[in-house]
Amino acid sequence: MTSQSTDSGALIELTDVRKSYNVGQPNEAEVLHGVSLRVDPGEFIALIGPSGSGKSTLLNIIGLLEPMTSGSYRLLGEAVQGLSDAALTLRRRSTLGFVFQFHHLLPAFTALENVTMPALLREGRVSARQREHARELLAAVGLASAMDKRPAELSGGMQQRVAIARALVQEPPLVLADEPTGNLDTASSDEVFVQLRRMHAERGISFVVVTHDPRLAARCDRLVELIDGRIARDEGIAHPPA
Amino acid sequence: MSSWLGFELRVALRFLREGRMQTLLIIVGVAAGVAVIAYISALISGLQSSTLTKTLGAQAHITVRAPDDVVTPAALVTPGSTTLTETQPRAQRLRSVANWQALLPLLEALPAIAGVSPMVAGAGLALRGEATQAIALTGVELDRYDRVVGLRSKVVSGTARLSPGEAIVGRELASDLGVRVGDRLTVQTGSVTEALRVTALVDLGVKDLNRRTVIVPLRSAQSLLALPGGATSLDVTVNDVWSAQTLAQDLRRQFPYKIESWQDSNAQLVSALNAQSVSTALIRGVVLVVVVLGIASVLVVSVVQKRREIGILRAMGATRGQILRLFLVQGAVVGALGSVLGILLTIGMIALFMVFVRGSDGLPLFVIRLQWSTAWQVALIATGCGVLAAIAPARRAAAMDPAQAIRI
Repeated sequence: MTSQSTDSGALIELTDVRKSYNVGQPNEAEVLHGVSLRVDPGEFIALIGPSGSGKSTLLNIIGLLEPMTSGSYRLLGEAVQGLSDAALTLRRRSTLGFVFQFHHLLPAFTALENVTMPALLREGRVSARQREHARELLAAVGLASAMDKRPAELSGGMQQRVAIARALVQEPPLVLADEPTGNLDTASSDEVFVQLRRMHAERGISFVVVTHDPRLAARCDRLVELIDGRIARDEGIAHPPA
Repeated sequence: MSSWLGFELRVALRFLREGRMQTLLIIVGVAAGVAVIAYISALISGLQSSTLTKTLGAQAHITVRAPDDVVTPAALVTPGSTTLTETQPRAQRLRSVANWQALLPLLEALPAIAGVSPMVAGAGLALRGEATQAIALTGVELDRYDRVVGLRSKVVSGTARLSPGEAIVGRELASDLGVRVGDRLTVQTGSVTEALRVTALVDLGVKDLNRRTVIVPLRSAQSLLALPGGATSLDVTVNDVWSAQTLAQDLRRQFPYKIESWQDSNAQLVSALNAQSVSTALIRGVVLVVVVLGIASVLVVSVVQKRREIGILRAMGATRGQILRLFLVQGAVVGALGSVLGILLTIGMIALFMVFVRGSDGLPLFVIRLQWSTAWQVALIATGCGVLAAIAPARRAAAMDPAQAIRI
């Protein structure tokens, strides 16, 4: 079941989150200045903003890849600050899926093996059922014929679709995508975005998508704009009925 | 159910396969190290074994003799008095080991002992025609003596047999006296003389020994040397030649005899063999250090090259422990594969040695064999070194910040 939430109903709740680098040194720099953000189950959020505004940092904090300097972060109702690295890793494994800008597939493994990697990581082996599930996902993103190919044999768009399948294979309640179409041509970008929206619609998974592309941002349900480490805009996007 | 090391092993093997050339180089490096260690170990072991066989060929590993005669004071020292004495050591006469018949089965029952042979040894003269030679007369029970020194294997002419009135003679002595197998010679000790028929000539490996040795039945020697029913020593051979000294010490604590190991009577040889062993150990140590450094340096490079993959795996939920084990497994796999290749290489090198390195007689200089125990030991150590070498790179990989690794 992917639509997990807390008593308050939120998947994640960030309150007054600050992030500084080089703390205590002369070149200390704060990149997030008190960001508060709530993500509810089933949301499809575009996180936009100019380069250096702190989007990737915010996404890394949400993804438990980076610690925040101060503030409060509740993931599925649980405060994550103070948790050990191992505990954070286990929560990341069970709750979050990632899609990165540069695909970040493991080059030594085939598309299918990349998608089954989270299961291998978690259980030390991949069951026939998990492999079948991975095949279904790859077929769902249009890669039925490319399952046994290595990333180097796939186009950028295809690699990104493998990354999407990998992010979804554990059916996490939230997928974080950092510029998933950032280095794709327009056709491939559209194709990937369509897949993300379809997975959202079919599986009820929440998405936070960092993008520079206003065209794609406009196709999300909610727009959060970050400027100079602060949320400058947070609004819903109305879509004309299909 | 989770499969222990399933993730680590699969990813480690794939990483190693991906960096094929790098992996091959490191495995060849480990194999070379293992081959050097195993080959040198086998070579030195073969050399030492050959040296021991040649040197101790006609010697017992442990000799049990009657304790030395000592001068006992004529009067007890009274308390408070001072005595000034000068003692002349006593000349040692030929004496029998007391109760040797009872001691023999006790020694034979010890698991470390392979054989015990009673012996009567003394000096005498061998006469034939005009020729006279000083000899070392040795009386033995042939089968027992053969178990201790392998006498039958040293026969160069005739058949080793020691019935009453028969003798086995050293090759050089036979030549000096002009006797051949089947001829008679006379042995004289003090006032006793006995004519003996030569049944075999032996080469004991040392010319001087061959020039003096006359081996006769135990009873003949007892009669010739005036020791009826006696034995001047019990020669003992042990299963592990290197355990002789310890065993001799144990026996000294248990029995009131003069008990000496071959190490006690061959101190120079032991010193030379020890020097060889120390040199071998030093070479092994240096090679192991080189192997460890080689594996470590390649794995450090691998960690740097795999930063992004490590970041991805961490983002997907790999724990620091899993990343640590992933690189430790790589070290172990490289160590194990290098060991297998190294052992095969050693077997090849030993075969080449046996084929091409030969003495002037066309025979191999000495036999070298790779003991399975040595091969296992070296392989285990190399695999352990692989893991050891991987610790630093693995810790570095495990400590990597996933967000930073992904950004690279």
